[in-house]
This record gives sequence, structure tokens and C-alpha cells, in this order.
Amino acid sequence: MSALIQLNNVTKNYRRGKEGIAIFDGLTMSIEKGDFVAIMGPSGSGKTTLLNLLGGTDRCDGGQIIFDGERIDGYSEGQLAAWRARSVGFIFQFYNLMPVLTAAQNVELPLMLTKLPAKKRRDNVATALKIVELSDRAKHKPKELSGGQQQRVAIARAIVSDPKLLLCDEPTGDLDRNTANDILRTLQQLNRELGKTIIMVTHDPEAARFANRTLHLDKGSFAEVTA
Amino acid sequence: MTDFDLVRKNLFRKPLRTILLTVSIFMAFLIFGMLTSLNVALNRASETGAANDRLIVSNKINFTQPLPIAYVNRIAAVPGVTGVTHSSWFGAYYQDQRTSRFVGFAVDPATYVALYANDIRLTEAEKKAFIGERTGVIVGKALADQYGWKLGQTVPISSNIYVQPDGRRTWDMKVTGIFTGAKPTDSTAALYFHYDYLNETTTFGRDQIGNVAVRTASMDLNNQVAKTIDAAFANSPYETSTVDEKTFAQAFLKQAGDLNLIVTMVVAAAFAAILMIVSTTLVSAMRERTKEIGVMKTLGFSSPRVLRMVLGEALMLSTLGAVLGLAVSAFVLAGLSNSPVASTFGDLSMSPLVALSGLLLAITLGLVTGAIPAASALRMSIVDALNRR
Repeated sequence: MSALIQLNNVTKNYRRGKEGIAIFDGLTMSIEKGDFVAIMGPSGSGKTTLLNLLGGTDRCDGGQIIFDGERIDGYSEGQLAAWRARSVGFIFQFYNLMPVLTAAQNVELPLMLTKLPAKKRRDNVATALKIVELSDRAKHKPKELSGGQQQRVAIARAIVSDPKLLLCDEPTGDLDRNTANDILRTLQQLNRELGKTIIMVTHDPEAARFANRTLHLDKGSFAEVTA
Repeated sequence: MTDFDLVRKNLFRKPLRTILLTVSIFMAFLIFGMLTSLNVALNRASETGAANDRLIVSNKINFTQPLPIAYVNRIAAVPGVTGVTHSSWFGAYYQDQRTSRFVGFAVDPATYVALYANDIRLTEAEKKAFIGERTGVIVGKALADQYGWKLGQTVPISSNIYVQPDGRRTWDMKVTGIFTGAKPTDSTAALYFHYDYLNETTTFGRDQIGNVAVRTASMDLNNQVAKTIDAAFANSPYETSTVDEKTFAQAFLKQAGDLNLIVTMVVAAAFAAILMIVSTTLVSAMRERTKEIGVMKTLGFSSPRVLRMVLGEALMLSTLGAVLGLAVSAFVLAGLSNSPVASTFGDLSMSPLVALSGLLLAITLGLVTGAIPAASALRMSIVDALNRR
């Protein structure tokens, strides 16, 4: 396997008032194509910041971020937005669906950034909803769906434009155990059957067990790697 | 789904809020449509019949003050003057002073219909009948239609100024002509009758007139003729002020105050209030959606595209309210145009220019009210937006 995403000597600092806080000071890591990685660690360890850097929603202060052989750390805002649209699918803890849109319309959102014709868009939406087994809920609004169903819609939204990378921020943090396991099995299926590279931040060791490997992040560096 | 669909769905996510905002904007544009159209109609009315080669001579103190009738012949003798007539405001009403006042002048019939032949359209027979009948009156078509007056009918016309020796304020007048204007939109809610009839029967103001209308040989002579006339009566008990007809008509309308200024102030006040209400509400609505905007940016929607969508919402809202407000005001104005009360103003209907100005104003309102939320959406960082509780 070759690296899909690679961080070389990445630094990231935040300012809190006059105080500067170093989150990462020379972080280096690599995620292979087709991998399913869980990232665990205590609060404040930098898990979400790492996810933001990997997803191009935040910028590093130094170092290199290379995606599929291409440096993205120097991209402009517009280039990053276009890159996210074609390369990354995001799954959030609280689903973050648009309440005014139906499930199908929420799934269609990333396709608004493509030049696909309307019919092809509809077909892709239908396929994505079928993968997450929610075809019969296409016309339902988020408030008419359970938490698990909403997260499935979010997964469909994340995969509809066929990105190489899925970034999941506590995807089961708001769900009961059984529903969480269903969601995790779906992610596992996406990884195994569709070859999606998945990076999942979680506090839940049970959830981490669905990943191929787990990275433990502490104080800005990977303290431990478990298989 | 298109950006437009998304904008529309976001705008109506809280229907009550959107309806209330639309109603506020609707009210502002209703006021704009009504007042601006009224102002346009008044300005148009002031220009109706105003000819470039006609001057109006009135008392220098104020045009409501009289001039001696002897001035007419002296003015006629001024070089460059090719025609002269005179008129006196009668304060006319029919039966009920509160509800049926209209424009009425006592005039010298022969010279008046000659000087205003273009603006007061009568048949030759009607002109002849008017000039030959001492109690004759010519009435505008709007007025005749309003009160159902017919040719040959004798109608009692009252004055809120003049009184007869027996205390009556009413003069019986015979309708000898029904005139139309030069254009269909010209106001014809007026009447003209014999000055002599008034002069012989009134208890005061005899041999006095309101103003003198003068036709010059050429508009190039207007200034010179005006100066000569005013110089001729300088230092007399009745000094004159001679201006072109349009200036006089506008001064006449300004009796009610500077309508342009009043309309501008009222419309500006309405829009200032709406601007604040809509801006504040949109800022607050956008705050509620901070996380959604963060998610859209995360998915790959560029900041300029998000900005366009937020501005689009504000524009859609303002345009919706404006179109409704302008449509209703156009509808009301069309109804008013057919009413007797409004016939004085001539055509009250909303002009394309007013409608276009309204739409431009709506776009400006949308851009201004959407500017702050759009700018904050543009600047919003994804990390901050997603961390917002």
C-alpha cells in the first residue's frame, strides 16, 4: 500500500490571550490508502485539530501535508475548498444535516459542487442512500429520522461524491451501543468493499475495535500504536 | 437542487419570521409606491398645459393677492406680447364644500379659449356658445362625468371665496362646453366661466383679477418680456412677478408644502426603519445557522459562493416584499385613478419609472441588509463555526 496522506514535521500553535499553545511540534505520520485508522486520546490531545489539518479545514503553521502525492498545505482557501469537495467526506458527531432539506437533498449537497447532470446526481444520491440502507427515507427531513438514521444520511452525504478519504469525528458519540455498532459496521463495509480510507477520532475503545489499527495521541504526538 | 433552491428553502425555514419581515418590507414599498406615484402625478399635473411661450403675471407679494384688471391692456401693449388673458381663482365646489371642491376659474372667455386652445379642447360650436352666453361655463370631461353634467344643463356652482349681495355663495351656470385635454392623461377636473358674470355679482374684489397669462412671440423673448412687465408695475401698489407657466404651476402646488421633500422624508424614514429591522433579523438568523455555514464550507462550498447565497436570501426577501408592495400600490392607485377625488391629479397610475425605481431600491435594500451577515459568513472560519455551540 502507498501513503494516501502524509504529515511531515507539522507544527500547529494556538493563541489563548497572550499565551501561545503548541498543539503539534513536528508531528510526522502517514496513513496508507485503504486503511481504517482510529485515533484515540484524552481531551486536549489534539485529535480534532489533527482531523482539521487532515481535512484541510485548518492550516498548519509549519511542515508539510501531502495528499496522494500532492502538497496541500500551500493551497489557497479556494483550492482547499475544491480539494475537500472532490477528495474528502466528513462525518460529524452530531450529523450536521441541513434541517430544511430532505435526506436526499442533504446527500445531494456535495454534488452541487460538481458539474454532474441532474439525472446522474439523482442516480448517485439513490446509490448512496441504498448503500446506507435508507432508500425509503429519501424524502424525510432530519427531524423525522432517528439519530442512527441521521448519521446514515451523513455517511451517504460523505460518500456520494466518491472521495478517497473519509474523516469521522466521534461518529458514534451521540448514539446508543447497538446503533453505534450498526454505523461502525457500515464504515467497516465502506472500507473493505469500496476501499475508502477512513480516519476516525473516537473516545470509545469499542468503536476503535472496528478500525484496522488505533493510534493514541497524547500531548501532540503519537505515544503508542496498536494493531 | 440548485443554489436558488437552497436559498429559497433557507429563507422559509421559519415561515412566520419570513412572513413578518416580508410584511414589513411590503409596507415600506406600499408607502413608496403610493407616495412616489402621487408625487409624480402632482408634478405631471403642474406641467400639464405648461407652454414654453406663456408667462404668468401675478401679484409680487403672493399669487393669491389680486391685480387690477386694468393691467391686462397695459400688459398686452408690451413689445413681444402676442396674446393676453386673465383668470381668477373661484374656490369652486358643487353642493358640499368638504367633498366636492375642484379647480374653478373666472376667465375672459374669448381670450382664454384662444390662448389655451391647445389645452382646452372644445368644438367651435362650444367655444361660440361659451363666449356668447354670459352665464356659460365650460367643464372638463372628468368633472362632467363625475357629476353627470350635460351640455345645456344649468348647474349651481358655489364659491368658498366670493359672496353675492344677497349672501348667496352660489352662481347658476349653464354648461356650454365639455372640454378634453391635450393628452388623455391630462387632468380635466376643472371649470371656467365668465369673469364678467362674477365681477358684476360679487360683493368684493370687483375689477380685480388673480393673474394674467401672456403669450410671447417666442420663448427667447420670455425673459425680456417678463422684465419689461415687472418694471412697468414696479413701485405701484400692485407690483408684479412674471414667471414662466411651469414655474408658476410648481409654486402653486407648493402651497401644500414641498411635496418632494415630504415624500422623500416619509419614504426615507420608512426605509431606515425597515433597514434596521431586516438587518438585525438577518444577522440573528445567520447566527443561528453558523454551524450549517461551517458544514457547507467543510463540504467544499467556497466562501464567495456562501456569501452569494446569504446575499441571495436578503435579495429574495426584499424583492418579494417589494414586488408585493409595488403590485398592491399599483392596484390601489389604479382604483384611485378612477375615483372622483383623485381625478384632480389626472393619471395616478404607477409609471414604469416608479416601478423600476422601486425594484432598484429593493435590490439596494437587499444588498445593504445582507451585507453584514454575508460578510460574516465570508469571514467565518470552519473551525470556529463548527465549534460554535
